Amino acid sequence: MAQEQQRPQPSTQEQEVEETPAPAAAAPATQEQTQGVDDLLEDIDGVLEQNAEEFVRGFVQKGGQ
Amino acid sequence: MSVRRVIGLETEFGVLAPSQPGANSTILSAQVINAYAATVRQGYGQLAGTRWDYADEAPLADARGWNMPRAVADASQLTDTPRELTAEEIALAGGDVRAGETLYAEQDTDGHVLMNMVLGNGARLYVDHAHPEYSSPETTGPHDAVLHDQAGDRVALAAQRRIAESPGFAEVLLYKNNTDNKGVSYGAHENYLMPRSTPFDDIAAGLIPFFATRQVLCGSGRVGRGMTGAEPGYQISQRADFFEAEVGLETTIRRPIVNTRDEPHATWEKYRRLHVIAGDANLGQVSTLLRVGTTSLVLSLIEAGTAPRIQLREPVAALQQISHDPTLQTVVELSDGRRVTALEIQRIYLDAARAHCRTTGAEDAATTDVLTRWQDTLDTLGRDVFAAKRTVDWVAKLDLMNRYRDRDGLSWQDHRLAMMDLQWADLRPERGLYHRLAGRGMVETLFSEEQIARAVVEPPEDTRAYFRGRCLSQYPQDVLGASWDAVIFSIPGRPGSHRVATPEPLRGTKERVGRLFDAGLDVGRFVDELARGRT
Repeated sequence: MAQEQQRPQPSTQEQEVEETPAPAAAAPATQEQTQGVDDLLEDIDGVLEQNAEEFVRGFVQKGGQ
Repeated sequence: MSVRRVIGLETEFGVLAPSQPGANSTILSAQVINAYAATVRQGYGQLAGTRWDYADEAPLADARGWNMPRAVADASQLTDTPRELTAEEIALAGGDVRAGETLYAEQDTDGHVLMNMVLGNGARLYVDHAHPEYSSPETTGPHDAVLHDQAGDRVALAAQRRIAESPGFAEVLLYKNNTDNKGVSYGAHENYLMPRSTPFDDIAAGLIPFFATRQVLCGSGRVGRGMTGAEPGYQISQRADFFEAEVGLETTIRRPIVNTRDEPHATWEKYRRLHVIAGDANLGQVSTLLRVGTTSLVLSLIEAGTAPRIQLREPVAALQQISHDPTLQTVVELSDGRRVTALEIQRIYLDAARAHCRTTGAEDAATTDVLTRWQDTLDTLGRDVFAAKRTVDWVAKLDLMNRYRDRDGLSWQDHRLAMMDLQWADLRPERGLYHRLAGRGMVETLFSEEQIARAVVEPPEDTRAYFRGRCLSQYPQDVLGASWDAVIFSIPGRPGSHRVATPEPLRGTKERVGRLFDAGLDVGRFVDELARGRT
């Protein structure tokens, strides 16, 4: 018999991250790079499990090869 | 000499049901296998679950020339007996492995749970101990090995998607990593076919310094040091801290840098299968290529007797010291007293491989690509470690974490970094951090999604995996069992079973049997034609 199981709740909410203006003095290339990194880190913020401590603690594996 | 060689890769995935803390991992793994079976059935309308033929398994045979007595072996070493979940175990764990009503209900009226599948691409998908494992089909070189390793990730992803869509089932997440950071490790093994005539002592001597340092090219990176990861910091390898011996038979305890398991899965007198357990599972395609391609070249050096004659004074300590220093400045001592870095040891091997390829006239594209990438990677790492972030997994991960740490001022003990380390290996493109980087074009890839999708269903054409895979695709209802070196048929109207042995890894290719499959014969005539040797 299949036991009724709870569907897991989505554990991550989309997080609002404030835009950080690039320093005015930065050269265009650097500015672009910084923007790229900011975008990437915001992307990671958006997908990273928010309950990090608990989630990591729950990741317990049995021995493998 | 070239990189061409029969190669297969294995991945044991980390498995987790976040909403069910403490869920039995063998049951979760079985859910993955059964979910993939349902996916295959949905696609083809046919059953593809296959009993594994254990006749050829010999996990206690030691390449040094003896067998370990069963009585002294650890239970986890007895991989030659089928692992079955009993109804009782499943009930006790409060679990159900059958995700959805389409799963094996018709075939398995006795409640038998599927623990093994042989796939139409020639791979094996099964429950190994407490992990789902994908063992790729045999390929003939590092590039194909990468492609079929990537296909395994897509197979695992399809299975977890299927579970997520099945009403009543908790989501199961899969991770392509090698540790839970709590003292447990699971492997990503490599298999290389070698001639039996190469003495095993030469193999071990030639490989130990290479394996202790290969991680700089293809480690996957890890937050935390020591088996439990308790000591803060970042290290190059997932696996390094779990090794305790230089040479040995074990793979689950007292892990050795060079594993002596002697199961060739092929004609014993001619071949050995080198079973490598020292590597990390790679998400990155180039890192996988470097791992497998350079190793294949070093094995060719060993076979030719031209491997560098260098020896580490303390190999296990060196493996770990090198892993613990992402600046790559650590020096380790050779037996002759020289003190060298990992990059210098790798360069000694690269120079030997280059010289040997020159003398033997190996100029094929695959070999040239591996040699060029090996050299470029060593040059880049020597100049500026972070310049290798598009191709070397541990550098890509460290670079991402450093940017995150810089922004938020995080120490290595911050839970968010441990979370990033784990989620790096999440197979889901929308959540896995490696896949987020790949999606932005920030890492180099070798194969398109279309090519990988094809490798999920089509076997390599130039090994016996072609025969195995096509048997499963074309005669799924007639295949009773399969293994690396046999396919067993049940033929309607004939008593007993019919075993087709495949002891030669380079036979059963498309060239040899493609036309016979294409003839569309019924299974009885098919095996008769095979037996007549008209292939």
